[in-house]
Amino acid sequence: MKRKTAKTTKTQKTMTGAQALIKCLENHGVEYIFGLPGGSVIPIFDAIYESKIKTILVRHEQGATHMADGYARATGKVGVALVTSGPGATNTVTGIMTAMMDSVPLVVLTGQTISPMLGKDAFQEADIAGISMPVVKHSYLVKDINSIPRIIKEAFYIASTGRPGPVLIDLPKDMTAGAFTGSLDQPMDLPGYSIPGKGNKTDILQLAKMLKQSRKPMLLVGHGAVISGADKVVRELAEKMHCPVTMTLLGKGAFPETHPLSLGMLGMHGTAFANKALTACDLICSIGSRWDDRINGNNDEFCIGAKKIHIDIDPAEINKIVRPDLSIIGDAKLVLEELLKHVEKLDTAEWLRELEFYKTEFPLNYSNAEGLTAQCVIDTLYKVTKGKAVVTTDVGQHQMWAAQFYKTEHGRDWLSSGGAGTMGFGFPAAIGAQFGRPGELVVAIVGDGGFQMTLCELATAAINKQPVKVVVIDNKYLGMVRQWQELFFDNRLSGVDLVGNPDFVKLAEAYGIKGFHIDKVEDCSRVLEEAMKHPGPALIHAEVIKEGNVFPMIPAGKSAYHMIIEAPKVKMEKPTGST
Amino acid sequence: MKTTDTHTLSILVANKPGVLVRVALTFARRGYNIDSLVVSATHNPKFSRMTVTAKGDPATLEQIIKQLNKLVDVIHASEHDTFSAVDMEMSLLKVKVTATSKTIIAKYMKEYHAKLVDETDNILIIAQIGSTEELNSFENILSKYGLVELVRSGKLLMMKGKETT
Ligand SMILES: Cc1ncc(C[n+]2csc(CCOP(=O)(O)OP(=O)(O)O)c2C)c(N)n1
Ligand SMILES: [Mg+2]
Repeated sequence: MKRKTAKTTKTQKTMTGAQALIKCLENHGVEYIFGLPGGSVIPIFDAIYESKIKTILVRHEQGATHMADGYARATGKVGVALVTSGPGATNTVTGIMTAMMDSVPLVVLTGQTISPMLGKDAFQEADIAGISMPVVKHSYLVKDINSIPRIIKEAFYIASTGRPGPVLIDLPKDMTAGAFTGSLDQPMDLPGYSIPGKGNKTDILQLAKMLKQSRKPMLLVGHGAVISGADKVVRELAEKMHCPVTMTLLGKGAFPETHPLSLGMLGMHGTAFANKALTACDLICSIGSRWDDRINGNNDEFCIGAKKIHIDIDPAEINKIVRPDLSIIGDAKLVLEELLKHVEKLDTAEWLRELEFYKTEFPLNYSNAEGLTAQCVIDTLYKVTKGKAVVTTDVGQHQMWAAQFYKTEHGRDWLSSGGAGTMGFGFPAAIGAQFGRPGELVVAIVGDGGFQMTLCELATAAINKQPVKVVVIDNKYLGMVRQWQELFFDNRLSGVDLVGNPDFVKLAEAYGIKGFHIDKVEDCSRVLEEAMKHPGPALIHAEVIKEGNVFPMIPAGKSAYHMIIEAPKVKMEKPTGST
Repeated sequence: MKTTDTHTLSILVANKPGVLVRVALTFARRGYNIDSLVVSATHNPKFSRMTVTAKGDPATLEQIIKQLNKLVDVIHASEHDTFSAVDMEMSLLKVKVTATSKTIIAKYMKEYHAKLVDETDNILIIAQIGSTEELNSFENILSKYGLVELVRSGKLLMMKGKETT
């Protein structure tokens, strides 16, 4: 009895490394940790036991990283994941890479064997810092318990500033189980890290001058514009100048897509009018996009003759793909706020008329002649939700159709794995987004293939009563790959048939989640209406025609001049570009 | 040809484990082969200096330098030319000699400011400090006189005058 009291007072006085870690996370305003425990992180889970931070127990560590990612994209805050060593840690690699490619701020905490055993093939030892090195913004292997507060502070700072990205902290078990004797408030020590700010004023004035001389300008907004919160100033700028705006897949939300000046998404499956504009403009100004190969398949033919301007916070993006006529390194919002002061209405009336012609000549459309299409489901969803949902997508045809038909009005309302194209992202990301945006409607639009990669998180949604709505676009194929095989490989379908799909409604019900089913055009509106009103999580199984293709399409490796607006009648040559 | 130009980079980094891997990955990922690499602490033990020579095309190098500068542990990275910086290398050369070859070698050693650092059983170890070209040409000569082993330090570099490296 006596001994027990003595022990209790002792634990109250001294703190473990894990307790210090959790205290630091609390101080950084962390609300949720997405994770799954194991031997090496039990001390950390033990410390969470008495914390106000909520652990969200996932069913697979990949899900934890995508949830943290969805949370981060939807809120702008840092998402946190916590996993055990070895396989727990390696299961996070896809999620970390996904976040890295799309500049998403994550802090991933991994357990590790005790320090004296490092490098000795201890049970569940994996060199996760080494494995993840090419896909993190930065990483740490903790070697001194008392450095934990500094490392956490640096990790959050690095993850969330400049061009955001994932930071991994590998925590040997003795670092969390051992006694912490240091200070909880430690200064950062980052002599090699700096963040670009407002951009060079002379260059901004030069840009204003170039815009003034342009008759056919266009703004190209990317994820950087969303991340910096530039949506308001992008709109002011476009409206003041009368300048059309196109957006990348991840730039959706940086400018309202319903705005008359919006050209919608450009690129491989972008709108025909955005891609036509690319071939006709005399000036293109990228704001936080990296001219990647989905919008610029062939750099030699990209916007031939147009002046190219590149605004980016990451100096390494300048000259990486496009050699711009003018570049400005800085935060998109700050740069545009300065630019706004120096621009005026441009002489674009004729240009806008030309674009209006393209819009009416080549609108986005679809037909339900052969049965229910994915486009119809997504278009109806857009109408039913009045465009107000936070939408996440998985990767494939449905993603492109969602990008085309679910118009995005505000930043952080569109979450999709762009750079990585990670199947399995959409559903867990929606759960994370729902945690970050309680009370808002969060809808995951996923394919029947990708959904099955992370569907175990149905349990996570159900148990935590997260009212996410999952629309499974079931075409019974790995549709995007099937489309390529049809168009470029003589329809020799190989490895794309998803025969054996489960009954998705029953599957949802097995997890205690309400299931809905649509396979007819006339049911679409009513069922979606009902499903969106359902107070808890819901799954909508939409069986659509199997062989729909996404158009317009610019074959990989080609420029916008080679856009195909509808199904080609002739055989097409194999694409030369990357994937 | 442009793509085979040799470039010399000086990289100031935090003296921490793992930094070398991050730097090496930045080159390897872009297919750049590192020819030589010297790393050691600076006069401030918090920082290390890396001097890297590598061959490849200038556009990729520009990207590598920018990516290096993005690494949190890199304080700065830049390419240097031989006009504004001094660069040097050292080599240790092991030569098996005879009485006649020894006198010839002694003559060349004088010419190249090389130093005898060991002599065991008619095997000499000669140390030479100089430019890459000087080292190359001395090596060429010794290869005709019984050179059996060569160890080179890789290039060291320092900016001239007020400019810091
Ligand atoms: C993890 C992963 N594996 C493979 C791919 C390649 N891939 C891209 S789209 C796609 C098909 C996705 O099928 P589905 O989820 O059913 O969506 P659909 O295209 O049919 O809408 C595949 C296999 C990928 N992007 N990610
Ligand atoms: Mg499918």
